[in-house]
Amino acid sequence: MSLVAEFVKGIYKENPVFRLALGLCPTLAVSTSISNAIGMGAATTFVLLGSNTMVSLIILLFTKILSEEGQKSINKIRIPVFIVVIASFVTIVEMIMSAYFPALSESLGIFIPLIVVNCIILGRAEGYASKNPLIPSIVDALGMGAGFTLALMAIALLRELLGSGEFLGHTLFGGGFKPVLLMILPPGAFLVIGLYLGILNWLDARKKQS
Amino acid sequence: MEYGIFQLIILSIFINNFVLARFLGLCPYMGVSKQLDSAIGMGMAVTFVMTIASLVTWLLYNFFLAPTYQSVFYQVFHTPIQNVPDLTFLRTIVFILVIASLVQFIEMYIQKISPTLYKALGIYLPLITTNCAILGVAVLNIDMFFKDGLPLHNSFINTIVQAFAAGLGFTLVLILMAGIREKLELANIPKPFRGLPIAFIIAGLMSIAFLGFSGMNVE
Repeated sequence: MSLVAEFVKGIYKENPVFRLALGLCPTLAVSTSISNAIGMGAATTFVLLGSNTMVSLIILLFTKILSEEGQKSINKIRIPVFIVVIASFVTIVEMIMSAYFPALSESLGIFIPLIVVNCIILGRAEGYASKNPLIPSIVDALGMGAGFTLALMAIALLRELLGSGEFLGHTLFGGGFKPVLLMILPPGAFLVIGLYLGILNWLDARKKQS
Repeated sequence: MEYGIFQLIILSIFINNFVLARFLGLCPYMGVSKQLDSAIGMGMAVTFVMTIASLVTWLLYNFFLAPTYQSVFYQVFHTPIQNVPDLTFLRTIVFILVIASLVQFIEMYIQKISPTLYKALGIYLPLITTNCAILGVAVLNIDMFFKDGLPLHNSFINTIVQAFAAGLGFTLVLILMAGIREKLELANIPKPFRGLPIAFIIAGLMSIAFLGFSGMNVE
């Protein structure tokens, strides 16, 4: 598969949120506004990039220096190794966020440390980066990160638009607009993602028919 | 802010329900809510692990990571208090490793001690490591019951109460969801919405119902 195809698959065909239903907790929790969505997407993409790169390099190192037997025994503890790598990058993100973006760090709250348990990241490390060379792993991380960010933004767009009548903090409608407060509250997230998933299923079914 | 134990229980189960208000633990909520039996098993396993994980992470944070007078470095190694290392930045790494090994350990222990309990919880335990509700409650406890690295009044008791109540709240909504989804098998739903989409919409409706509890005054 070419690198471009590798990148694009993360955005639509294998979109982590809408297709694989991974990483749902942060998706629903931080999609109250587009700026939050971009912040969370960027943080997750950074961790994804770091972990995919490191995992790919670690596996390369093991195959270079270890004998066949050593590789087998190292294979048993690869998941804890991946988790430590991911947790280290999450700690880096946590520190950068609270140092340079204190407002964003405040509004994302506990979902920054919880990037560790985002299944997208461990899933890509185990399912892709540990089996592929460095460059494709990096491209895969960027594609998946972009797909995650876009999915978050798609949900946040609808919620922010309906829930507060704003786009990136700019008021769009006149004084007569009554915001649907429900959309900003937790139920809005469930309803919007349910709607998106249903629409995507419908589009797929239509494509298959024609 | 100081909470009484009863307030904390009501808060964690109903008002700040882990799934419907805080969005933690959605994967098992969507994945294991197809049958009532498995929902009960999963709920029990999560409550159990949550309580023990909170207990262990609180102890670790208080005695190893935070630079307090209770720190092991001060108590055992007699490091002068200004030289006690502030390891709180290691929170995420330490907690996830502890939780992962704890789940493994609990699994082995239950298997040895009570085969019946293992039969009920066994298959759900490995799934729990990646459940963000467990790490979520551990981090949340630290955020709520520590201030500037120092434990607040009743910090330890509150931690355990909150973890247990959060587990109960999780079990409650999981069982409710499983009950609805069992009935849903017979309903005539538009084809594109079958499966996950309708589950999300039902979760949204349940979340609206739970919003009603936020009118309760627990002060």
